[in-house]
Amino acid sequence: MADWLKRISGQTGSADEAKERLKLVLIHDRTDINPDTMEELKDDLLKTISQHIAIEPELVKITMMHEGREQRLVADIPLKHYDRKKIN
Amino acid sequence: MTAKIITVTSGKGGVGKTTATANLAVALAQMGQRVVCLDADIGLRNLDVVMGLENRIVYDIVDVIEGRCRLKQAMIRDKRFDDLHLIPAAQTRDKNAISPSDMIKLGEDLRDEADWVIIDSPAGIERGFRNAIAPADEIIVITNPDVSAVRDADRIIGLIEAEQKEPAKLIINRLNPEMVQRGDMLDAEDVLELLAIKLLGIVPEDENVIVSTNVGKPVALDEKSRAGQAFRNISRRLMGDEVPLLNLDFKEDFLHKLSRVFK
Ligand SMILES: Nc1ncnc2c1ncn2[C@@H]1O[C@H](COP(=O)(O)OP(=O)(O)O)[C@@H](O)[C@H]1O
Ligand SMILES: [Mg+2]
Repeated sequence: MADWLKRISGQTGSADEAKERLKLVLIHDRTDINPDTMEELKDDLLKTISQHIAIEPELVKITMMHEGREQRLVADIPLKHYDRKKIN
Repeated sequence: MTAKIITVTSGKGGVGKTTATANLAVALAQMGQRVVCLDADIGLRNLDVVMGLENRIVYDIVDVIEGRCRLKQAMIRDKRFDDLHLIPAAQTRDKNAISPSDMIKLGEDLRDEADWVIIDSPAGIERGFRNAIAPADEIIVITNPDVSAVRDADRIIGLIEAEQKEPAKLIINRLNPEMVQRGDMLDAEDVLELLAIKLLGIVPEDENVIVSTNVGKPVALDEKSRAGQAFRNISRRLMGDEVPLLNLDFKEDFLHKLSRVFK
């Protein structure tokens, strides 16, 4: 429902919030991975990858995706973009 | 013919396992099926009162397992249907009195006695739950459309997967269509998206459930009750019929209609 309509009809729309919160909770329940572990994993991953290839650490995104009841860890790791002139 | 064994379980307590067990049993019996229901909630016996059979109990499930009586002696015949029986839980013992292999043995013995065996599971994820699902051919998970019930249902579904059982099917109980419409209750679609399992049915919140429980007459026997209709539909789906979901829409007020136009 449109937000303004929700407001004038006195609706809180708490169900949307329930669904969003549940989505996150279930991902962690299913994998046993809490946000701290996830951060650690990310740091370790960055360290290892950086030994081989130059990356943009601030732009790295690691997310848990799911399709039905299948879970998947997805890492999006942008490589460092060098300006050729600077290198030479 | 040999019985199909169905276990009704949930994770969270109080979501409607016992109510669903009693009603599915009665609805199947109404269709001429031979049904035995088994109360596996040891120490918290309840299926007997919900079915109105509490005055007929002599032996219980632990008596059968420990050999103090024959199987038939512990099967209490229903008042309304000759082919509906209840094996009550033991009230003064705890869940450790029986093991999953005891339950598998009991399930096998019951296969010759009925077309359906329906097992009412205790809440939780421990021994009692493992006992209840051990003999099951099919598992029904009950949830309510609220955050804690859905979260616990997800845990249970994961444990059932880990046991390499057939994927569980879901009943969403106590759905309040008005609250859904208002945006203050998770809709069936939301719950299904979150839990990602097959839906067996939706049972609305219905005062008749409480009234019928008061008098020990499951609501599926009440022709006019919405919840009763929902349970009857679910039992037909168990029989393999294709039955469309109940239309739970209530009268939309003007603002909701308007919001639909502007969506
Ligand atoms: N669809 C419903 N509408 C209204 N009340 C319900 C409904 N389903 C269950 N209840 C009530 O909720 C309570 C808990 O149900 P119960 O079947 O005992 O849950 P469980 O066996 O999972 O602990 C009971 O008081 C029951 O009457
Ligand atoms: Mg119960």
